[in-house]
Amino acid sequence: MSKRNSINRINDQVFKWFGIACTIFGLAMLAIFLYSVLSEGIPRLDWQFLTSLPSRKPENAGIFVGIVGSLWIMGLTALIAIPLGVASGIYLEEYGKKNMIASFIEINITNLAGVPSIIYGLLALEIFVRVLGFGKSLLTGSLTLSLLVLPIIIVATRESLKAVPNTIREASYALGATKWQTILYQILPASAGGIMTGVILALSRAVGESAPLIVSGALIYTSVIPSHPMDDFSVLPIQIFNWLSRPQKGFIVNATAAIIVLLGITFIMNGIAIYLRNRWQKKIKW
Amino acid sequence: MSGFAYSEMRIKEKIIEGLLLLSAAISILTTFGILYVLISDSYPFFQKVSLLEFFTDTQWTPLFADKHFGILPLVAGTLLTSGIAIAVALPIGLTIAIYLNEYASPGFRKVIKPILEILATIPTVVYGFFALVVITPYLQNFFPEMGGFNALSPGIVMGIMIIPLISSMSEDALYAVPKSLREASYGMGATRLQTSFRVLVPAASSGIIVSTILAISRAVGETMIVAIAAGQQPNLTANPLEPVETITTYIVQVSLGDVVQGSLEYQTIFAAGITLFALTFVLNNISFYFKKRFREKYE
Repeated sequence: MSKRNSINRINDQVFKWFGIACTIFGLAMLAIFLYSVLSEGIPRLDWQFLTSLPSRKPENAGIFVGIVGSLWIMGLTALIAIPLGVASGIYLEEYGKKNMIASFIEINITNLAGVPSIIYGLLALEIFVRVLGFGKSLLTGSLTLSLLVLPIIIVATRESLKAVPNTIREASYALGATKWQTILYQILPASAGGIMTGVILALSRAVGESAPLIVSGALIYTSVIPSHPMDDFSVLPIQIFNWLSRPQKGFIVNATAAIIVLLGITFIMNGIAIYLRNRWQKKIKW
Repeated sequence: MSGFAYSEMRIKEKIIEGLLLLSAAISILTTFGILYVLISDSYPFFQKVSLLEFFTDTQWTPLFADKHFGILPLVAGTLLTSGIAIAVALPIGLTIAIYLNEYASPGFRKVIKPILEILATIPTVVYGFFALVVITPYLQNFFPEMGGFNALSPGIVMGIMIIPLISSMSEDALYAVPKSLREASYGMGATRLQTSFRVLVPAASSGIIVSTILAISRAVGETMIVAIAAGQQPNLTANPLEPVETITTYIVQVSLGDVVQGSLEYQTIFAAGITLFALTFVLNNISFYFKKRFREKYE
């Protein structure tokens, strides 16, 4: 009995160390990735790199077109996806809780969240580029990404609306407010932190996407700065992809420096999202 | 309140509800849009190429003079890279979940979980860079015959990317196991390891299976990592050291070129797309099935 006992205890300890090793493996990979990017890319990262147009010579090339394209895409996607996503979330959580349409919409959203992003590119290529005639424009790109990130915003909206206790709704109704007044003046302000968190995570996802944009016609190489939603465009991730497919070492270094910028944007956005979530959770105690 | 203002308000309320419903209905439109586009644009393709040829021909060469339309090499490339990813992510992710849930202190868990989740927020094009520039050269020390493009390196990197998906969701499932089960096991004198593998993992199996299937589905649909690091040669092989092309890479490869709309090449990306959609649709629905079972058990 005591022998079996000690074997069990040894096994337990062995697994504990294996668990620690696996956790360290995950953290170490993250550290190695960040180190390899920073060590190679930082020296290349200067003002010239941030403000220059693409070039055939790696030392003259820059990411200005990509940055402007990514900012446009982020802004337009926010304009399209936030109202639609929040409105859908409100409908599903506050209005259509038990009807058939709402449960059908819900099944759709769960399914859409699992559709590979490149499929959205095919949808956009046929519907936005061809049928609606938007061409390979910023508008097409941001509509594509809006559809892609809608499920994220809808789910976040529903979760934060759900967290608002029913007593708030009932108190508002008791004072004679209508359903919409209750939502607009009571429920939405109370859940704004959670919704914002979801919105920022969704936009951060959109900024990092490249596959659906490549399929729906974003340019791989362009030196024209877009200035209108109907203009052609490229984005930062696509520029990185383009440089990675070049054989010259100089372009790989460029890609590394561009990755630092992209990771910087992604991490800052995720940091803001986490900060908002924590503050929101701390501030509101029902 | 006068009757007029009251009815006006009711109309306004109804209009708002209608607008909200309209926004929510966009997701239905999107689903039907995807199905319509994939079916209508691949239909002409399947009129020229029989389903038998599509599923049995072992070559995929629509861009060459000698055209073959067998999807198998692309499916094989997709399954090979996804298989490698799961082989990396499942044991590591599940071990991390068990470790954080049963062994680690709550403080350690609180710090480590969000750091690991950073792995899931990194854009995939960045992972492609890691596979091509960091992991492949490193692996070539062990496999000198391996080329710059191969299935192994992007597979491993995809695995690292989906570790947090499996570890977080599995940990939630383990955490949801009723405390009484865990305490009963410890009461019987079981160690943490025995409790984990004989009580908690079986009890949380639905949740763990859901997380694994979603991770597979994610790997199957992943594009940029494989497009950057796995190569662009359709290759019917199970050898992870060889270059392969996945379904997603093929779609990107065609999109990068100038393909005339309505041409056979154009239709092939929709044929490839509907195959990919079918694969992930089946996987996602298996996971819904398990998720439903999981819910019934604990609520």
